[in-house]
Amino acid sequence: MSVEMSSENGSSLWQANYKRAKRLENIIKFLCGICAIISIATTAGIIGTLIFETIEFFKEVPFWRFLTDTRWTPLFQSKQFGIFVLISATLRTSGIAILVAVPLGLLSAIFLSEFASLRVRKVLKPLLEILAGIPSVVFGYFALLTVTPVLQAFFDFIRTPVMIPPWLDFLPFTNYYEPDYFLEIPFPYLQGFNALSAGLVLGISITPLVASLSEDAIYSVPQDLRAGAYALGATQRETILAVVIPAALSGIVASVILAISRAVGETMIVTLAAGQNPHLGLNPFVPVMTMTAYIVQVSLGDTAVGTLPYKTIFAVGMTLFLITLVLNIFSFWFVRRFRERYE
Amino acid sequence: MQGISSPTKTDVAISVEQLNVYYGSNLAVRDVYLDVPRHQIAAFIGPSGCGKSTVLRCLNRMNDLIASARVEGNIFFEGQNIYPAGEAAKKFDPVELRRRVGMVFQKPNPFPKSIYENVAWGARINGYKGNMDELVERSLRGAAIWDEVKDKLKQSGLSISGGQQQRLCIARAIAIEPEVILMDEPCSALDPISTLKIEELMSSLKEKFTIVIVTHNMQQASRVSDRTAFFNAEATDAGGKVGYLVEYDDTEVIFGNPKEKYTRDYVSGRFG
Amino acid sequence: MTGISDTPITGAPVADAAKFVPQRRWRYRLDRAFQIATIAATAIAILVLAWLLIDVLWNGLGSLSWTLLTSFPSRKPEEAGILAALAGTGWIMLLVAIFSFPIGVGSGLFLEEFSDDTWFARFVEINISNLAGVPSIIYGLLGLTAFVIVLGDYTGGRSILTGALTLTLLILPIIIVATRESLRAVPNSLRQAGYALGGNRWQVIWNHTLPASFPGILTGVILALSRAIGETAPLITIGALTFVPFLPDGPLSPFTVLPIQVYNWVSRPQKEFHDIAAAGILVLLVVLLLMNSVAVLLRSRFQKDR
Repeated sequence: MSVEMSSENGSSLWQANYKRAKRLENIIKFLCGICAIISIATTAGIIGTLIFETIEFFKEVPFWRFLTDTRWTPLFQSKQFGIFVLISATLRTSGIAILVAVPLGLLSAIFLSEFASLRVRKVLKPLLEILAGIPSVVFGYFALLTVTPVLQAFFDFIRTPVMIPPWLDFLPFTNYYEPDYFLEIPFPYLQGFNALSAGLVLGISITPLVASLSEDAIYSVPQDLRAGAYALGATQRETILAVVIPAALSGIVASVILAISRAVGETMIVTLAAGQNPHLGLNPFVPVMTMTAYIVQVSLGDTAVGTLPYKTIFAVGMTLFLITLVLNIFSFWFVRRFRERYE
Repeated sequence: MQGISSPTKTDVAISVEQLNVYYGSNLAVRDVYLDVPRHQIAAFIGPSGCGKSTVLRCLNRMNDLIASARVEGNIFFEGQNIYPAGEAAKKFDPVELRRRVGMVFQKPNPFPKSIYENVAWGARINGYKGNMDELVERSLRGAAIWDEVKDKLKQSGLSISGGQQQRLCIARAIAIEPEVILMDEPCSALDPISTLKIEELMSSLKEKFTIVIVTHNMQQASRVSDRTAFFNAEATDAGGKVGYLVEYDDTEVIFGNPKEKYTRDYVSGRFG
Repeated sequence: MTGISDTPITGAPVADAAKFVPQRRWRYRLDRAFQIATIAATAIAILVLAWLLIDVLWNGLGSLSWTLLTSFPSRKPEEAGILAALAGTGWIMLLVAIFSFPIGVGSGLFLEEFSDDTWFARFVEINISNLAGVPSIIYGLLGLTAFVIVLGDYTGGRSILTGALTLTLLILPIIIVATRESLRAVPNSLRQAGYALGGNRWQVIWNHTLPASFPGILTGVILALSRAIGETAPLITIGALTFVPFLPDGPLSPFTVLPIQVYNWVSRPQKEFHDIAAAGILVLLVVLLLMNSVAVLLRSRFQKDR
């Protein structure tokens, strides 16, 4: 975009500036390029360290053991390295989180974009942004010290035996403690560290993400699609459910996938509230150790560089990285593939 | 109210009286009086910005969807005021009105569903109790598109051409068996061949329905309609413009021997 | 809800009543239920937020004291404080701001103003999109290898510098995206005017585009920093300590930060530690509130000027 100046006019003053300015531009362009390269270096660094250390790990631990061991005890005498122990924990916390975040987030998005007045939106959207900005360690505090006791009290309440008249004995869960009949629901006991509280609070923390991305998707549905439905005598709910949501579906699904990815990678909420006990299974009432919580546990300890436990955090990190990478790529691909269909 | 002649009352599907439409504080259209006769095609013509579409959208209360729109006056659909005053205004239900007064839009807007579902959905939410397959076929035939899509009913409504999409929109409108069909410049986004097909369709549609069409295309209006309303705009003191009805009469009169000067100038191409 | 069908109508053929049974009352009831569900969902999210904030205030306000702000951590909760943590957070934030601002803005400039859509630029863009979705603890692993081990001699190992570099990499994608959006928001007519006067690309950027986009960029940087200030996991991974009874004496010193101090106290069984953890959270939230308020003020001034 530079202008050629003729050299005959004796305007050497202009020319000197021009050359200097051009040199300056090239230097700046070079420096900015260096900055951009840093992002490439970051990716290379991440992939490089993960691959390197993971290979080192698999030199000592066979891959099939990584996949099939039923316990995760790399720091104990009898070492087992079953990654699915950690994955099952992440599955529990993230699964519960998604069950919370998708309904709350999507319905909130519908409320904000279809029902709420401008004044209400002006108040609610900043509130959701505040929720999004709260650090995860605060959520972890909340999950461990407030939500877990509340849930425990609630489940205790459900478990309390209730006296019933004898003719109700046909109901399930009734017991006879002389001389009266009681209804006693055998609800499982919620431990102090558990996946349920962590999952619930994790879900609340990613609700704003689902809400805002879904709202963008809903907002971009063209108005004449809605008009077509209203013109047929449809109510607002019918229009939203049958026309608007399907038209926005690619964006909504992408937001859910990104939310899953975020939940999987979350660390502090699960470290604080879900516990540090590797447990393979699907029970959310017990302490579990997620992939991220394991990395934190090792980092807090005195593990020396180069030892086997040290390498395990990279193997786990690699697993985590691959899972989130696949989810993120899938979300991008999903939007690109299905967006054309609806517009 | 010069230049407006109306048919006898018992043949009237929709009767508009003293209609004024505001967007916010701006008067967009003033003093509209017209009667839409049953089983005929009434066309609204005029340069852009005179409120033709605005008036059309009042007939099925689609203007309710625009927050700043305010309607004054009375519109009678089959004898009943669809803009009642006072207490009845709050309780008025536009949903039922829109089943009986359907609409086709300027840009074809089929739903992101299959062709079958596009037609069936409106009937379904309105509680259609009969054979849905039959209704879908009947409606697609009525929109002169059955032969072209009968083998691809499960395909997306967006996978067909623009002209076909518009006929699909017509099919979905007639599936719920309205009495009146409003068409807001239905051919302006289409190619000439599709336009011709839809114009032919209109002549067959008016046997079962009453049609009101807004069009920019004068020739189309003269070809297709039985009665024509010519709208124009005049400048307001505030610097904006407000639309008004100049003349409304049989089509032959409007195009052959109009009573108003503006009408004569417009149809002879002197402006617009 | 009266509708037209409720009153008798003369003349015209209506749709057969037996064919269409619209069941309007039922549909309206469902509409109402659906609307209530959406309101309830939004209300639940907001109420949980309120519950959390009230809980923190309730438990923490009582423990918020001058002692807390000026003491080092201790085994006795009544003597423990966040001084070292505040110092560590302050140091880290300063360095992160210094590093991330030029690199982030430079990358944003490169992609938006200098790049001409080459394969290189597309590659960088893809990288940044991916990096934005990588969990923060992975950045910790990167920092551990790159800055603690490989470059340990220069960075002082598990030091403030390492922590700052790691967090810089973490928030770079945020700053780059914010920079690009701010640059894109500058109307092209402004650039054209600059070029028309004979400026080259850099002159136009420096004299016209950057000043116009600066408030937006600054807002983005502040929001990115407010994200960094709450980060815990990557710093734990690179070796930030949890018990630091001293002030850092420079960028190469070991350290702790406020979120890690809070984490440490929450992990203790005693309720008194939980209460001072809540107080620490209050301090953290106040700092975040200040930073976000500045960002929002900047953003609204920016929008007003336009």
